[in-house]
Amino acid sequence: MELTRRNLGAMCAGVVAAAALAGKSGLAFAAEDNGTAAAIQAFTGGAAVAEGGVTIGAPEIAENGSTVPIEVNADGADAIMILASANPNAGVATFEFSTLSGSSSAATRIRLAKTQDVIAVARMADGSFSMAKRQIKVTIGGCGG
Amino acid sequence: MATVKPRVKVPKSAAVGEVITIKTLISHDMETGLIKDKKTGELIPRKIINKFVASFEGTPVFTANIEPAVSANPYFEFTMKVPGPGTMRFEWTDDDGTVYETEKNIAVA
Repeated sequence: MELTRRNLGAMCAGVVAAAALAGKSGLAFAAEDNGTAAAIQAFTGGAAVAEGGVTIGAPEIAENGSTVPIEVNADGADAIMILASANPNAGVATFEFSTLSGSSSAATRIRLAKTQDVIAVARMADGSFSMAKRQIKVTIGGCGG
Repeated sequence: MATVKPRVKVPKSAAVGEVITIKTLISHDMETGLIKDKKTGELIPRKIINKFVASFEGTPVFTANIEPAVSANPYFEFTMKVPGPGTMRFEWTDDDGTVYETEKNIAVA
């Protein structure tokens, strides 16, 4: 079947449906290892990571994977690392806050190659770590060529 | 690549202790290194803004360590609790070592 813009949507619908089912399986990462687990390990030094205390604001469906608006917030965090579980490479950005920050929150726009979980890991001022993940459905992938 | 232009939106004045929102944008292709040139078939080399630092009177407020997964024309929005009047400085570092910068003054109302 020739890949044209007209039938891309139909092809993606099937992928999205399958990914949505997979995404409901809890804290599982993408089957292909793009460095997500290693990135979390490096950031936390292997420390335990709690769930909660971190929020990810993002659209449920991103029409254009080249520019997906993301907002992250973690009260009391020194830093927040953002990862994309199924991009060619997991790393997206790491934000560092300071005593001059009004809140431990920031927004940006990111590239997502396909439907996947975006993960935010926060390092709190007391040295503990928390994380959250959020699935974003992507209709047109953001990796271009 | 077109001229790299930074744009920032910062309130001109604020009360001491007020939390303000700062929005920053810089025009930059953010070449990921994953895409092939359609004519030559060669991979276009990676060239991105890899770091952004916003500081107030020399103290860092917000830092972003950036990977190719950040979109072209990188946008960052963050907050600052205004400690007093002063100058905010914004610096973006390109893979090639170039640092783009701009400054904005904040007065206290």
